[in-house]
Amino acid sequence: MGKIRTPYLLLLPGFGFLFTFFILPIVNLAQTSTQTPVGGGDTGQYEQTFRFQNYVDAFVENKEQFGRSFVYAIIATFLALAISYPLAYAIAFKSGKYKNFFLVLVVAPFFTSFLLRTVAWKQILGEEGFVVPTLRDLGIISHSTTLTSTAFAVVMGMTYNFLPFMTLPLYASIDRIDPRTLEASGDLYANSFTTFRKVTLPLSMPGVVAGTLLTFIPAAGDYVNASILGSPNTKMIGNVIESRYFKIVDYPTAAALSFTLMAAILILVTLYIRKAGTEELV
Amino acid sequence: MNKKLADVSTPRISSFVKFQRWFGRNLIRVYMFIAFTYLFIPVAYTFAFSFNDSGKSNLVWKGFTLNNWQNPCGAPEVCNALANSIKIGFLATLFATILGTMIAFAIGRHNFRGRSTSNLLIFLPMATPEIVLGASLLSLFLVLKINPGFWPTVIAHVMFCISFVVVTVKARIASLDPRLEQAAMDLYANEVQTFRRVTLPLVAPGIAGAALLAFSLSFDDFIITNFNSGTVITFPKFVYTAAARGIPAQANVIGSGMFFLALAIVTAGQILNRRKVR
Repeated sequence: MGKIRTPYLLLLPGFGFLFTFFILPIVNLAQTSTQTPVGGGDTGQYEQTFRFQNYVDAFVENKEQFGRSFVYAIIATFLALAISYPLAYAIAFKSGKYKNFFLVLVVAPFFTSFLLRTVAWKQILGEEGFVVPTLRDLGIISHSTTLTSTAFAVVMGMTYNFLPFMTLPLYASIDRIDPRTLEASGDLYANSFTTFRKVTLPLSMPGVVAGTLLTFIPAAGDYVNASILGSPNTKMIGNVIESRYFKIVDYPTAAALSFTLMAAILILVTLYIRKAGTEELV
Repeated sequence: MNKKLADVSTPRISSFVKFQRWFGRNLIRVYMFIAFTYLFIPVAYTFAFSFNDSGKSNLVWKGFTLNNWQNPCGAPEVCNALANSIKIGFLATLFATILGTMIAFAIGRHNFRGRSTSNLLIFLPMATPEIVLGASLLSLFLVLKINPGFWPTVIAHVMFCISFVVVTVKARIASLDPRLEQAAMDLYANEVQTFRRVTLPLVAPGIAGAALLAFSLSFDDFIITNFNSGTVITFPKFVYTAAARGIPAQANVIGSGMFFLALAIVTAGQILNRRKVR
């Protein structure tokens, strides 16, 4: 009897906590999203009227920022994949006994605060940094071109900041590949490109899927890169939610936007996992 | 004249070819060098500018000084923010590690009804964007008439750290050899003794790793904290607010200090691990 109860007793405190501070808030957020302001009440007072039109209004008003969030997040995810794959491959197959050393090197930059690194990029790419004057002197960019306050800077910042979320899962799945399968492919007269396409890449797919998800999800909801490295023209949906909460005190719209963001991400992620054909992620 | 040119240019061409061959062979090393340079540029910048004799705004290099390192609390609020971040990180790590480890043992060691639902409940917070986690928790606190502040922030951090603890510890439990526990039982250890003397010591590195991960997630978190901390300033919040007018060099000192501290901890862990393996 006691044995059957053991797992439930172990789960109880943690799941009680998650229920109270994760599930309940989400339910509460859903309730908030259909509220309307109390007639004649103070700012920030809302009552439940089940106004689902809130969602339509919120989306129509902010579709630009929505579009931007997804476009930026997708580009950043692709760039992170392009940078991380060769790096993870090199660490797994080409670094011999220095594997652990290089892994620490991948993670180490992320021990400096996320915010500090983003501010550092802002100053490196800014007017007083060394990149812009150099590029101007070389004639690569014109004298009026800036790098900060642009979509380029925001996407670059996101790519950089979420890079270990891509590199580590990629490394984990590439490292698991038995090098003998690659040798076998070579013995069967596949050239190195064919070996990569037919053997290495399919075997590393779980890492690719996990890495792209771990990069895409936080990137789509991020607003730190957009507000430090961007301008009013690069505002993402996160910026809108934040200002609805704190500056405008419009909780229903903020809640509706949060829900729409979450739903959009969940749908995209489900489609993507189906397409990639790996369901053993969890 | 012509002859001379030819004499000079022949070795030049061959050294170019040599370089090309070397490049082809070492392409992957060259790539690693470039990638790691890219990764470390902002770290190097932060470290370099921690020595800047900058006064208030740390934007332009004005000369080398050790003052910032000798007086890291020199800028107003910076050490208060750091202390808050450490306190919150410590408490969040403690609770998240205990709760998460218990869940990891339940899921990793027992077969029970609702196991896959449990896995889903652990996965969901990791798949939810931080802004949704932060905003929804704030809306709950507002309904309950709890003011955002220190404890709401601790609660928020425990909430998003639990899943990461579960995943880390569960991986360690899954990699254990079940024969070790069977051997203990064969040697007449009862369940409690087996757990205390065999299972727990074997899982301990996983728990330690999970705790380090939880602390670094908590310490570095900005979005969820910004929603739930009210007037309490944490280190990331301090940097965010100060970013508009240029952060003080003391923040660079603290960032660099954290970097070296974390590096030391990881290196020590690696050395310990290697000794154990031997």
